[in-house]
Amino acid sequence: MSTVNSPRFNIQAGSELTRNVEPLLHEIRHALQTFLDTGETSIIDLRSIPLAPGEEDSIINTLGQGEVQALLDVLGPSEIYETKYAGVWIVTHYNDDDNIISRFVEITDSPDVLKSQREDVVDALNALVTELGTDKT
Amino acid sequence: MTKDLNLKNGSLTEISPEKGTLGETLRKQGVSRRSFMKFCATTASMMALPPAMIPSIAKALENARRPSVIWLSFQECTGCTESLTRAHTSTVESLIFDSISLDYHHTLQAAAGHGAELAREVAMEENYGNYLLVVDGSIPLDNPGYSTIAGISNLDMLNEAAKGAAAIIAVGTCATYGGIPHANPNPTGAVSVKDIIKDKPIINVPGCPPIPVVITGVLAHFLTFGSLPELDHIGRPKAFYGQSIHDRCYRRPFYDKGQFAETFDDEGAKKGWCLFKLGCKGPTTYNACATTKWNNGTSFPIESGHPCIGCSEPDFWDGGGFYKALSMPTDNLTQTLKYAAAGAVAAGVTVGVMNRSKKNTSNKIHVKTTLEDLEK
Amino acid sequence: MTEIELLSWARGPGLQIATIVFVAGVVIRILEILLLGRKANLAEAKGSEMSNGLRTIVTRTIPDKTTFKRSSVTIVSGYVFHIAMFIPLFFFAPHILFFKDVIGVSWPSLPGAVVDAFAVISIIAMIAVLINRLTNRVMRYLTNFEDLLVWLLTFLPLITGYFAFHRIGLTAPSLLAIHLLSVEVLLIVFPFTKLMHTFTLFLARWYNGAISGYRGVAS
Ligand code: SF4
Repeated sequence: MSTVNSPRFNIQAGSELTRNVEPLLHEIRHALQTFLDTGETSIIDLRSIPLAPGEEDSIINTLGQGEVQALLDVLGPSEIYETKYAGVWIVTHYNDDDNIISRFVEITDSPDVLKSQREDVVDALNALVTELGTDKT
Repeated sequence: MTKDLNLKNGSLTEISPEKGTLGETLRKQGVSRRSFMKFCATTASMMALPPAMIPSIAKALENARRPSVIWLSFQECTGCTESLTRAHTSTVESLIFDSISLDYHHTLQAAAGHGAELAREVAMEENYGNYLLVVDGSIPLDNPGYSTIAGISNLDMLNEAAKGAAAIIAVGTCATYGGIPHANPNPTGAVSVKDIIKDKPIINVPGCPPIPVVITGVLAHFLTFGSLPELDHIGRPKAFYGQSIHDRCYRRPFYDKGQFAETFDDEGAKKGWCLFKLGCKGPTTYNACATTKWNNGTSFPIESGHPCIGCSEPDFWDGGGFYKALSMPTDNLTQTLKYAAAGAVAAGVTVGVMNRSKKNTSNKIHVKTTLEDLEK
Repeated sequence: MTEIELLSWARGPGLQIATIVFVAGVVIRILEILLLGRKANLAEAKGSEMSNGLRTIVTRTIPDKTTFKRSSVTIVSGYVFHIAMFIPLFFFAPHILFFKDVIGVSWPSLPGAVVDAFAVISIIAMIAVLINRLTNRVMRYLTNFEDLLVWLLTFLPLITGYFAFHRIGLTAPSLLAIHLLSVEVLLIVFPFTKLMHTFTLFLARWYNGAISGYRGVAS
């Protein structure tokens, strides 16, 4: 969503703004340690922390881009990717108009929403059966 | 089915069993489990709940029954409904609306006239004790004829509808605190829902209009927990109204440094400095605009260069002017100052002259004591 | 009454009442003093009243050595308090806006952190002043109810201002309303208490200098 030509306020994101960037990165480090030690996963809601314009970007930039990326089509698009730190994922949900409606940092080996869901598999089987026109048994 | 609703125990899920659970409704609409997970995650974020609660939210929402909602509009401008229907544009939020059964809303419903009123009566009767009552607009008390629906005064309709309601959500500053109709000199004698209804749980969702997500967030909270969200001292859900605009404003560093825009188009305004001098009411206003933002998260008034007008606070209309800085007196103090000084000079001179003449008289009648006097 | 209504009252009618009492009270009292006049001095003038009077207004601001030695705590804490207090009062941006609205002139403000620091200094100095007053035996003997009342009413705007600035304890509208009300109470009692020294100190110092000046002696 770049607005190159539109006039923008000259608000610079800087560490002097909310001072929430550093603590958040440390929280991620702790969560990663816990995940390694105990296998306990965790989720951080990026929208629950007051961040100045640009600060969310600076977190995202610090975490970087890793090996895995996935695009989901679920009630509007969602984007999931692993950051350059394995085990740290960014999950971004968009609405139909491509606005971010929620954004999470997940510390796990793979975010749940990426996996095929049992309920959907049941539906899928039914659909396939119908498609093939054969009896289930 | 007529079981009494105990809000504290989360039994709103008992509402209207014949309407099916939310999980069933969504599956029938072809909403996948993944989509539902996204919906739950977003709802949690929207309600400012910790992500650890997402699984329990999912479970509660899945089993939630669609509650019947009756929406009454009194002295209002339909801006609140406008705001709410804007929330509808996004797929996830619209699920919230699919998960309620909006049985009466005279602006949105297709039915009109007797048919519309019948829908309200039927919904009230069928769901007696269990439906959610949403109200926007204030209620005139001076003369019931000032605002009526189908010949029924606002006051009567509110009283009647409130009787069978499980809880009331007052939407917008008019319903919550009287709003613009209540503004000085309040020609209709407008009051808020809370001024009339005393025996039902009332959630205030003020704002002119309220942020759409806040309205849906409160509904989602009801669906999920079947209880009232935690409220502040004037009945607002703390999750959204817990912090002031000023405390979450990204222009705050400029306020702290004393860098202010003096006009709407000076250098300071262009640099995005603090709008306090232009009348910003952010410091005394509690709302979620600074984090939730408007128009699907695009921006909020301060981000667009306009000071906060304090629309989610009682009597925001009478705060001495939107463009008058918070620390300025609301009335013309200069004139008072002049008149007081002028009057005081007159009074002071009078008192001074009186003191003088007193002094002179005492000087005059003063008799010197002589040696003879003492020897007497 | 909601907190916003309270704030509106404090910004509106409350401020009006306080201003009327304050301005009228101060003007009447000063006029009373001036109009009482002085007895004509029949002796020949040996120097200028005016220049000497004006000079002492300034020179008396600096305490002489012996006085300073005798009551250094009173003087130091008093000075620190007065100077520190003026910074938040006159250089906090919202306050400047207030003055601008009332008297039409404005001047640059200081950053919040600076204002905050001086507010803390003046609060500490005020507490020191009080402790000194209560522990020093002579001072305690001289202290009457009015002194303590005036101390409290001066202290309240400072401490409520500090709380409002840091938004401690209550919601912002309440904090602001309380701060304004405390200022209004101060304004109302001002003309009738020792707080009048803000203005009368100049008169008193002028007279001191003028008397000596007339006699042609050093003051
Ligand atoms: S723009 Fe308003 S809310 Fe933001 S810092 Fe300035 S006064 Fe506070």
